[in-house]
Amino acid sequence: MVDQSASIDIASLVKRHGTTLAVDHVSLTVPRGEFFSLLGPSGAGKTSLLRMIAGFETPDEGTIRIDGRSMEAVPPNRRPVNLVFQSYALFPHMTVAENVAFGPTMQGVPRADIASRVRLALDMVKLSSKEERLPSQLSGGEQQRVALARALVNRPTVLLLDEPLSALDQQLRQEMQVELKSIQARAACTFVCVTHHQEEALTMSDRVAVMHQGRVLQVGSPQDLYESPGSAFVARFIGVSNELRGVVRRIDGERAIVQSPECVGEIQIVLPMHLAIQAGSPVTLLIRPERLRLSTAAQGLSGEQSLAASVDKVLYSGSDRRYLVRLGEHVVWNVRVPNDESGRNGLVPGDHLSVRWQISDAVVLSE
Amino acid sequence: MKQAGGWLWRVSLANLFFLYGPIAVLILFSFNASRLSATWQGWTWQWYRALWVNQALLDATVNSLWVATVSTVLALFLGVGLAVGLDSLPGRRQRQIEQAMLLPLVIPEVMMGVSLLLFFVLLQIPLSLMTVMVGHALFNLPVVMIIVRARLKKLDPRLMEVAADLGASYWDTLRHVTIPLLRPAILGAGLMAFTISLDDFIVTYFTAGPGATTLPLKVYSMIKSGMSPEINALSVLFVIVSMGLIGLSLLVQRR
Amino acid sequence: MKSSPPAGRAESSGPVASWWLLGPGLLWMGLLFVVPLSLVLVISFAERGTYGGIVWSLSLTNYLDLLHPLYAHILGQSILLAAVTTMLCLIMGFPLAYYIARAAPGRQGMLLLLVMIPFWTNFLVRTYAWMFILRTEGLLNTLLLKLGVIAAPIELLYSNTAVVIGLVYGYLPFMVLPLFVALEQVDRTLVEAAWDLYATRWVILRRIIVPLARPGIMAGCLLVFIPSLGAFLTPDLLGGARSMMVGNLIQHEFLVARDWPLGAAISCLLMLFVMGMMRWLLHAAKPVSRQEDAS
Repeated sequence: MVDQSASIDIASLVKRHGTTLAVDHVSLTVPRGEFFSLLGPSGAGKTSLLRMIAGFETPDEGTIRIDGRSMEAVPPNRRPVNLVFQSYALFPHMTVAENVAFGPTMQGVPRADIASRVRLALDMVKLSSKEERLPSQLSGGEQQRVALARALVNRPTVLLLDEPLSALDQQLRQEMQVELKSIQARAACTFVCVTHHQEEALTMSDRVAVMHQGRVLQVGSPQDLYESPGSAFVARFIGVSNELRGVVRRIDGERAIVQSPECVGEIQIVLPMHLAIQAGSPVTLLIRPERLRLSTAAQGLSGEQSLAASVDKVLYSGSDRRYLVRLGEHVVWNVRVPNDESGRNGLVPGDHLSVRWQISDAVVLSE
Repeated sequence: MKQAGGWLWRVSLANLFFLYGPIAVLILFSFNASRLSATWQGWTWQWYRALWVNQALLDATVNSLWVATVSTVLALFLGVGLAVGLDSLPGRRQRQIEQAMLLPLVIPEVMMGVSLLLFFVLLQIPLSLMTVMVGHALFNLPVVMIIVRARLKKLDPRLMEVAADLGASYWDTLRHVTIPLLRPAILGAGLMAFTISLDDFIVTYFTAGPGATTLPLKVYSMIKSGMSPEINALSVLFVIVSMGLIGLSLLVQRR
Repeated sequence: MKSSPPAGRAESSGPVASWWLLGPGLLWMGLLFVVPLSLVLVISFAERGTYGGIVWSLSLTNYLDLLHPLYAHILGQSILLAAVTTMLCLIMGFPLAYYIARAAPGRQGMLLLLVMIPFWTNFLVRTYAWMFILRTEGLLNTLLLKLGVIAAPIELLYSNTAVVIGLVYGYLPFMVLPLFVALEQVDRTLVEAAWDLYATRWVILRRIIVPLARPGIMAGCLLVFIPSLGAFLTPDLLGGARSMMVGNLIQHEFLVARDWPLGAAISCLLMLFVMGMMRWLLHAAKPVSRQEDAS
């Protein structure tokens, strides 16, 4: 089965490095025109995967199709993809224009066309004025743009980006996130981006694949991944998450009651449709810090769950305050409260209160 | 790039075969029983035994060892001093002298031999084993300096500053800090200089007086007067000694 | 505060004391390297006495003599043989250096040592090994005869071919080492980038690797060319009567013909050539990205 609308179609790809599986039976489909990110900690296998798509590494098993065409035994210089290297890999002995013209020249594009295409590509990354500079005369951000232009000028089916923003400082990185997204829209090209930076992946991508130890754990839109992580790893890797382990005591229609050995009280949850949970099943609850509310009032709102806790630490971070609250001997949760209501900020370590959340905000995972 | 790797490996292997083949042939045929032909006629030690009883060869060996020892000591004293002393000069001057010291190693050796010959003759210094020693110390000095300076540049300059801060004078620092830290490099440089001196032919050829025959000069005259299996045996000894000394030198410098 | 007086003393005595270290070495080099070479230059303008001595004068006779076809031929032949040697070393050494540069670190050290070891063995002995292999009753002829490739021994030794073989053999390590240093510094991702940008292997070599490794290529060529040009032993032992090179000519004038001023003139010409090439190299082998340090 070949999906004709897919730019990239990867089926059960395996890559071994010695005895370890760098890429472990990965299957992915990236539709045309999508900004797709591979997100994971270092050593997750995302760079190996990218290098196999580019053709620098050969898969041990599985297939890669680009635009429906099998890439087996096709060397990098025959593939309709281009890679933006982490280190940019600009040719130091060529000017910006020569760097950008390299690909079209190799492909035998007529001279006159090369010039106009180079100009177009440099316009797209706003570097037309620096055509004659050497890479060493450019700033890091400018070098990054040249690398982009050098790849995009070839009008690839897929543009691969290997940690594209990692060499830039914080502010430039945030600017470039927006910039990359708009360049992608202008170029109307499929982007596959490798990153270990979750914020980067969420901001830029249409969809993200979270990788860990060679496997793809979950693929989805940034919102999917954040709101309904499929595993504790994904939840932890994407943003801060509070966890609580417990056992289902009884089921009551669409809801269930969970008890945790780690804290006092019963917790109501919404039963997830896709999980077969019965009384006695062990589950893990995940709740984002910004979905929690701290309250000293006895009565909660309707649909709210509440647990008794005490304040451990208060961390002030400008726009909001982070409270570390203790629910049990081994359970400390993160609670983020916007710095807007001055009255609430009077909490000090040792205060007793209750932590509350909307029952539907808790994500339930079966063990 | 797999095929390319295989191709490169084959060419590299051919290169190494080219470099080692002749040496291997030399070693093998030094044990060949046949005196004249290059066909194999069985094993023998006799060519090595013949060397042992050749008085002229033994004399040349003693000469060579003297020359190597004296020229190495001389080159070490001058070269280490130069290497260490250079640090007190401004950076630009340092680089100029370092570059100038490469010159003796780069120019054709014949030039060095001829100029020394001319120098000695015009000053009416009779050619002897002494003039050979002086010549060898000349080309060994830059060798010593380069090796020692490479090590010196890797040393943490703060060590010397600490010594000064603790009240050591320039000479104290040199004696108790710098030189001990440089010992592996000095030892390695000495072994290398010794080997180069033992192996040298050209400068020796131009600067040796009558009776000042070193081993390479002897080998040369033997080759000129016709091939013989004794030369093979002697060559093998040369190869073994050079490789051993250089191996030792590299080993010492590693520490 | 307590430590400043001793430190001050060390600083003030340092530069003075260092002259005691520098002085002898510099004096030695000056007296035995600079002065003798200057003498060669001076003598090259003198004239030969009737019985081989030196008649002090200031004439260009010796240099004009060098225009004689016989000498011109030897000079030309030397340059030709040295150039051929350099080319062969480059062709053979480049793949080897590239292989070593791309090898795993442990293997790299071992391979470099393997390249260096022959260089550290006696040059005379290594040249002799080739005499043993190439001579009429030598190993190669014996083998070829046995295998029936040739019917009668071929004359291999005492030829320009033998000289070139000997020179390549002697100076190949001089090519491989600087090439290795330069190639190792070529960023691997640049090669991958070019490959990704549709370049073939040949284009990558020509447009990326060679330009970036240029300083090393030039250094290697020079390090082979100069000693080949001034070689004495190799042409002396492996070459025939017609394979004389500059080094042999100088030796001949000094030790056999006893025409020292002429020998000196030839030496000066050789020296001039060598210095010229080195200057050219220092000028031309500047790294490609000039502004690297500025940023």
